[in-house]
Amino acid sequence: MMDESNPYLPYIVNIEDAWYETPVGDRAVKTFKVNFKDEKVWDTWSHKPGNCAMVGRLGIGESMFCISSSPTEEGYLRFSIMQAGKVTSALHDLEAGDTMTVRGPLGNSFPMEEWEGKNILSIGGGIGQAPLRPVINYVRANKDKYGNLSVLYGARTSDLHCFKSEFQEYQEEGTECHLAIDIEEEGWKNFVGFVPDLLLDVAPSPDNTIAVTCGPPILIKFVTQGLERLGFTADQIYTTLEERMKCGIGKCGRCNVGSLYVCKDGPVFSYATLKEIPEAFA
Amino acid sequence: MGDFKFAKDKLAEVVGALKDYEVFAPAAVGDVLRFKEVEDASSVSFDFKNTNVPPKELMFPETETLFKFRVGKTDIEPAVPDESKKRLVFGIRPCDAMAYTIVEKLYSWDYPDPYFEKRRESSVLFGLACSEPVPNCFCTSLGGGPGSEQGLDALMFDLGETVYVKTITDAGDTVAKAMGLEAAADAEKKAAAAQEKDALGKIKRSIDTEGIPEKLPSLYDHPFWEQFSDRCLSCGICTFLCPTCHCFDIQDEMEAFDGRRARMWDTCMFPEYTLHTSGHNPRPTRKERTRNRISHKYSYFPEKFDVIACVGCGRCINYCPVNIDILDILEKSKQAEAKEAKTA
Repeated sequence: MMDESNPYLPYIVNIEDAWYETPVGDRAVKTFKVNFKDEKVWDTWSHKPGNCAMVGRLGIGESMFCISSSPTEEGYLRFSIMQAGKVTSALHDLEAGDTMTVRGPLGNSFPMEEWEGKNILSIGGGIGQAPLRPVINYVRANKDKYGNLSVLYGARTSDLHCFKSEFQEYQEEGTECHLAIDIEEEGWKNFVGFVPDLLLDVAPSPDNTIAVTCGPPILIKFVTQGLERLGFTADQIYTTLEERMKCGIGKCGRCNVGSLYVCKDGPVFSYATLKEIPEAFA
Repeated sequence: MGDFKFAKDKLAEVVGALKDYEVFAPAAVGDVLRFKEVEDASSVSFDFKNTNVPPKELMFPETETLFKFRVGKTDIEPAVPDESKKRLVFGIRPCDAMAYTIVEKLYSWDYPDPYFEKRRESSVLFGLACSEPVPNCFCTSLGGGPGSEQGLDALMFDLGETVYVKTITDAGDTVAKAMGLEAAADAEKKAAAAQEKDALGKIKRSIDTEGIPEKLPSLYDHPFWEQFSDRCLSCGICTFLCPTCHCFDIQDEMEAFDGRRARMWDTCMFPEYTLHTSGHNPRPTRKERTRNRISHKYSYFPEKFDVIACVGCGRCINYCPVNIDILDILEKSKQAEAKEAKTA
């Protein structure tokens, strides 16, 4: 856990490896595999799927990102970051051998224990797969505790699919895996269309199943509607929210949706909770 | 605790007697009255209604350094305030002291904030009871009052030639003794009680807050917010000068090879406050921002911390350039029918 006497102080991490998930350029996604400069941090560190951290560079600033590795992947943390603004652009300049800062773990997590014995359905779009990846890997590492795992994922083009090689691994293990692209491409044999359409096409059963979804707000909105059409109840649907954040510990004020702070009470919410908060989908 | 007094013409000597404390008192900075560290005890005066800038800045300054670093290095040097120095906040009004008791609930929540807490723990608060509340004071509606003792270590009553000092905590007692104050008699106690009663009668504005925290969320999409937000300029003065507004930004600043991570007051009234990097803004217009300001104070904060985040100091009314009045907003919210709101 963080320095309990001062939650504003980040850890320094060494970048052990860094690679692009999508073609280099504007809004590219780059994954960083990092380790604490002070390896003793591992003695007190523990995170769960869904937890976030403030990732940054001294002199530039920090922003909130989900930890995209599962705690079952030991000895490193992973962050998959889309280049968009000042901090993410500065992070994209970094390579293996450089350092960055990590302050966390922050926020709540997916209730993995509560979900034991259930089927897990992951529905992601674009960089929204980043918070779903630790859920998938956690379930893969604890196969005996969960029912069937199925993964639905889409992006605008096949180039923009993150974690491409991992979907291959899922399939080889026998995980039901459905990929989609928005726009037709030569040689693409899988689904063409938006992720909510993919969902209705696959039409998974809601029986004893938890659906976890993340992507752009429009995807979350239509996937949720689709899940309800398929018979999922609000308490079977989970998503993560994102807002602009500064402190990450429920003090600086800006990330609230209604009375909840996304940084601290979230980012993971059940649709049953969000339905009661009109600002959740603002 | 104890009852003390001193002659008002000895004010400078009383304040000057405290060698072990950094003393903060209201001082004019240009046209602005705010709390400053006292350099010359003879400048301390009780001749003010309330400071323009609330003394929240003594616990969380407009800008403060969280930590320092150097280019190319990975050492981080925390800048937590030195707790060994005792501080005396002298002449704080009861509403502003009560504001500390509200804000500290947030700063101590779950992740204690060492910057706020170190300053708060090392501060002794000598309040000054109000004899002349200003026209927009409504502290009595929020559980305060001209002689409220909440958050204070001692409360002073300016009785004209004499100042009566009632100590409330051990820390207040210690300071009163260090100041060399003499014991007060029944006459001063009675005069103070009479002054408090008189001041209570001078508070003309009020709001019955019963039911407001529970009702506000049902008015999320109600058109009444626009009656106020339409004329709002998004200047943020209502929040910067609010003693309970505590929101902040964090920025890195560089000067040659030296850098610092600093935090500074921010306001929910600015569109940039919630603007995502993608360009999406969950609170894009003044309507959403006005609604958030009022809802945060009167609904979200009490839902989490069981207390409304407002002390009725009236600053947001007094300094709003377009006369937006929080009491008008709250009254309208009580009259508004939830069913008029569009469904979310």
